[in-house]
Amino acid sequence: MTVNPSGWRPTTPANEQGVADTVTGNRALMLEEPLIFEMDGGDTTGVDFAEVPKVAARLGGLERSRPIGLPGLSEPETVRHYTRLSRQNYAIDLGLFPLGSCTMKHNPRLNEKVARLPGFADVHPLQPQETVQGALQVINELAFWLLDLTGMYGVAMSPKAGAHGELCGLLCIRAALEARGDKRQVVLVPESAHGTNPATAAFAGYRVENIPANPAGRVDLEALKARLGPDVAAVMITNPNTCGLFEPDMKAISDAVHAAGAFVYCDGANFNAIVGKVRPGDLGIDAMHINLHKTFSTPHGGGGPGSGPVVLSEALAPYGPLPFAAKYPDGSFKIVEEETAGEEHPGAFGRMVAFHGQMGMFTRALAYILSHGADGLKQVAEDSVLNANYILRSLEDLLDAPFGKSGPCMHEAIFSDRGFEGGLSTIDLAKALIDEGFHPMTMYFPLVVHGAMLIEPTETESKASLDQFILAIRSLAKRAKAGDQSLKAAPIHAPRRRLDETLAARKPILTYKEPETAEAAE
Amino acid sequence: MRYLPLSDADRSEMLRVIGAGSIDELFKDVPEEARLTGPIHGLPPHASELAVERHMTALSRKNMVAGDVPFFLGCGAYRHHVPASVDHIIQRGEFLTSYTPYQPEIAQGTLQMMFEFQTQVARLFGCEVANASMYDGSTAMWESISMAHRITRKKKTLISSGVHPHYVSVSRTMAKFTEDVLETALPELTAGTDADRLIAGIDSETSAVVVQYPDILGRITDLTPIAEAAHAAGALLIAVVTEPVALGSIRSPGEMGADIVVGEGQSIGVGLQFGGPYVGLFACREKHVRQMPGRLAGETVDAEGKRGFVLTLSTREQHIRREKATSNICTSSVLCALAFTAHLTLLGEKGLRQLASMNHARACEAADRLAAIPGVNLVNDSFFNEFTLKLSVEARPAVHAMVEKGVLGGVSLGRLYPGVDPLKNGLVIAVTETVTDEDIAALEAALKEVVQ
Repeated sequence: MTVNPSGWRPTTPANEQGVADTVTGNRALMLEEPLIFEMDGGDTTGVDFAEVPKVAARLGGLERSRPIGLPGLSEPETVRHYTRLSRQNYAIDLGLFPLGSCTMKHNPRLNEKVARLPGFADVHPLQPQETVQGALQVINELAFWLLDLTGMYGVAMSPKAGAHGELCGLLCIRAALEARGDKRQVVLVPESAHGTNPATAAFAGYRVENIPANPAGRVDLEALKARLGPDVAAVMITNPNTCGLFEPDMKAISDAVHAAGAFVYCDGANFNAIVGKVRPGDLGIDAMHINLHKTFSTPHGGGGPGSGPVVLSEALAPYGPLPFAAKYPDGSFKIVEEETAGEEHPGAFGRMVAFHGQMGMFTRALAYILSHGADGLKQVAEDSVLNANYILRSLEDLLDAPFGKSGPCMHEAIFSDRGFEGGLSTIDLAKALIDEGFHPMTMYFPLVVHGAMLIEPTETESKASLDQFILAIRSLAKRAKAGDQSLKAAPIHAPRRRLDETLAARKPILTYKEPETAEAAE
Repeated sequence: MRYLPLSDADRSEMLRVIGAGSIDELFKDVPEEARLTGPIHGLPPHASELAVERHMTALSRKNMVAGDVPFFLGCGAYRHHVPASVDHIIQRGEFLTSYTPYQPEIAQGTLQMMFEFQTQVARLFGCEVANASMYDGSTAMWESISMAHRITRKKKTLISSGVHPHYVSVSRTMAKFTEDVLETALPELTAGTDADRLIAGIDSETSAVVVQYPDILGRITDLTPIAEAAHAAGALLIAVVTEPVALGSIRSPGEMGADIVVGEGQSIGVGLQFGGPYVGLFACREKHVRQMPGRLAGETVDAEGKRGFVLTLSTREQHIRREKATSNICTSSVLCALAFTAHLTLLGEKGLRQLASMNHARACEAADRLAAIPGVNLVNDSFFNEFTLKLSVEARPAVHAMVEKGVLGGVSLGRLYPGVDPLKNGLVIAVTETVTDEDIAALEAALKEVVQ
């Protein structure tokens, strides 16, 4: 076995002038790490078992005969493997993570602690209901506060993430329309919407049409009104929108949509900007998902798990999915599922998941809401908006802010790459930001802004942290505007230089193959 | 408030830089009538860490903890011992508090872990490729049906009566809106499965056949004849695995010809958590990978020729393809995938086989002891760590009566199939390595009393 096959190559050139590479490929605390398949100790296992009693197998004659090919490591090797890998990740625990529309805020550790209480972590979803009253109460309490914060009528707790919540909302809309015998086929989505919006509409069986934005970065109300008609089932709007702007005509949009017999779906990804300040229910919204992993601080974990409860208007609530936790007058809680749905919730469009949703996220989100309280959540929205505007006004003299003139932004600030010279673009500034110790902003989204840079600092950044970030961006913006070609080489201090994504897609290698098999396949 | 670093002095200074007289000026786009004037009504003010912990702990104590009592529930969620190091690993802040790896140069930890996870899942399922996770097993199953339809361009799917009823229910919900045709039936309390019925039902309109392995009653069926019949008619075989530990003892669905294998990864590394978050597993043949939903990590090189990993084949996905994407999934379940892969790395092939053998041995022992009780019959002749008993009485009240005796004694089929008379005496018992001799004795005693 070669030393560190993941990184070390005898032909690897020195990275910096006159600095030779190390023999191991490691660079002090930057440690290269092979794949588990390259470290396999054969028969190694990191788990000890008592002796297995001998029994005559009753496996239907289907005993495994071939090896599976699973490597095993001892506990110290395992802990070291993942610890080394973890150090190749940027994270909110390390620094500012300003991905726009992703709301990368601090994840409180109290939430981790309460989610791990045995009464929540070690409870089976099919336990008899009298043995899970506390779990049902958590779901019910969280549902109650989500309704309080949104001013809506009902809430579906089971969707597993934001996009799953969108699906839930659209299925409620579809069920409501079908209940009145209305076969509308079209969902209108702004050009600036998250990709999940049109994908969800298609997944729910709808045809998607775009609606344009006006020059101020908002939905073009007149164009929308002109398109509304008897074939439109719903309009999906993100508010605050993906340009970081509040849709001031939201109520007028809702009224127009309702007058045309359609429903308003709101993508609640950006709820953080208005939580505790504005209730979506007051804006005429019919359905909105809430990303508990954004606004309510449950950890993103490198791509989930999320959780996407959907709040519903009075018109849609009767169609929400099964199962759900209901509170009874005697103070007890019950799960309403297929068995009693006929009496208790006859309009339900069906079931979206096997069990009750993301319980582990519910406990965390409830702990977060109770920790902040009404005053704290209002402060969350205000500080998130304050931080974003501070960035907007600290950078707009150097970076083009396409909507900067039209007034303040909400929780995120958007810039374009206008004025960059020498063929440089947003990606070059973003990758150089990595070298400065920051995670880049959201790049090239939304599509309505050229070379978009969408920066969402969140409320959990201190002023000192923002000032350092601003200092770094200002320096990089100056270099980009001067056409400094060295930016194209960035990042140079990260665990990897720019990776060849074209190669990865052209010749996909999606699983590890042992060298002999890999060669034989060629 | 402990999570907010800005001081009032910071806020004033920042407002000065912004050129705003007050915070309210920053919210001027929000129509006056929609703005709340004070803190929202109802929610109490902020609370100390101590107070919140006290409240949450009190709620947690209202639940009966699986680990505190003799515990025998399965049916899609299994209680296994998770090594302490797994929870330590997933609490590393660099994993816990990172985002989807859109910037691969500073996300190699997550990306390499995803690549390792994909390889482990593919090997365990006997498939060529696997994605980097779905929400859970039930949603993964619908996605697999939907994927099969894209491949075969047909809309009829036969679902075995042995598939978890909640999984079927999730697919039914979606099929109502996509106009797919799902044909299914209720299971029967017999040792044999409905393989013959499925084979007989396959025709030229069939897109896919879906079989759970082991099934909801714990039975294990050879998938080979179903795969052959499906393939002969141009249809795909989808296998659903809700207990992946079983694959340490029994042949993988891929080996038997399954084209797509999906499953629930909860039983390795994740824990019960009252149903979520769990982790959906999804594997298939390489030739179908472009029809697959979800994130994929792929190997590549960086500008210096060093190996690295990136998210790849993104042209399948919603952020690129929008309404033409293979699925709307974005956030999936990567942290649970990390728990799964770390636990499986600790086990290794040897440990997984030992764990599986231990489960099977415990289950055989429990099955024999329980079947010896008058009024209790064992339905299965094959099973892994879960089997079905037919009681002389209705199982649902029996389960409640056992709770009174401090025993969580399985899942009644009355709970899973309410109102289905022929199933009401069925009780599904799962026996994992966490079950002790004393637990089995307690269940035996409790069951004896309730069937009398």
